[in-house]
Amino acid sequence: MESTNVEAVKKSVRTYILVFVTLMALTVVTVAVSSLHLSVGAAIAVALVIASFKATLVAGYFMHLISERKLIYSTLALTAIFFLALMLLPISHMLDGLS
Amino acid sequence: MEIPYVSTSRPDTGLYNAKLGIWLFLASEVMLFGALFSSYVLLRVGAVSWPHGYDLLNVPLATVNTVVLITSSVTMVMSWASLMMKNFSRYRMYMGATILLAVVFLVIKYIEYTGKFSHEIFPSTSTFYAIYFTITGLHGLHVIGGIIVNAYFWGAGSKMWKSDPQRFTNRIEIAGLYWHFVDLVWIFLFPVLYLL
Repeated sequence: MESTNVEAVKKSVRTYILVFVTLMALTVVTVAVSSLHLSVGAAIAVALVIASFKATLVAGYFMHLISERKLIYSTLALTAIFFLALMLLPISHMLDGLS
Repeated sequence: MEIPYVSTSRPDTGLYNAKLGIWLFLASEVMLFGALFSSYVLLRVGAVSWPHGYDLLNVPLATVNTVVLITSSVTMVMSWASLMMKNFSRYRMYMGATILLAVVFLVIKYIEYTGKFSHEIFPSTSTFYAIYFTITGLHGLHVIGGIIVNAYFWGAGSKMWKSDPQRFTNRIEIAGLYWHFVDLVWIFLFPVLYLL
């Protein structure tokens, strides 16, 4: 059991290095894309897509969310709903202004 | 009396208590930073004009800081992995590196802030700077908090490795979850404030 654990951690270490390299590469891509000075809409979309992908890697592998207990997923699902509501507030305000 | 479920998992949750505790705390942190991000969006869409972050802020310094913080996240997870592999000296090395990188992050932030102050730029200068200083300031406080906790686990707190290694390993996992969250927030802050 003990040696299986050690083997599993050793395997994880290789994944951490791979995630690290990917995060670094994506940081370079983020900065490179911003230097293209795209339109505001496109720049926001690209920046948020890359940041979300990086965040998914950090949460999934460094925070072990890829193999976590159901209770933590439920807690985070509830958090995501409230977070989404927070983000929708300014958008609903913007739509009010348009109508 | 012994505190239950500090090393072993509770049968009903499948988690040791501190792990559920830190995730609940991080959920509250998501709402704290979420409220500020929401305010940022509201202020930005409501503004007549909004400056580009790259025209006002130091992108090269912030890029270096992004690299520093991501690297510290890797050293943090490696410190936990080292304990899982029963290698305490390697744990101290990686945890020490994490703390050093966090200090480097703050030094760079200090250079950025003082650069702005020396040009008479303060939170009161504009709405952009108000939200910039508020969010990065709050994030900086989180970095300071992480340094304090990690320094304790590197120094005096590491004595627990001898008396209760499993509990100590769990503590490092918890400290790591917090630290990765601090990294995760920066991953969004960097493009939103500096590059858009």
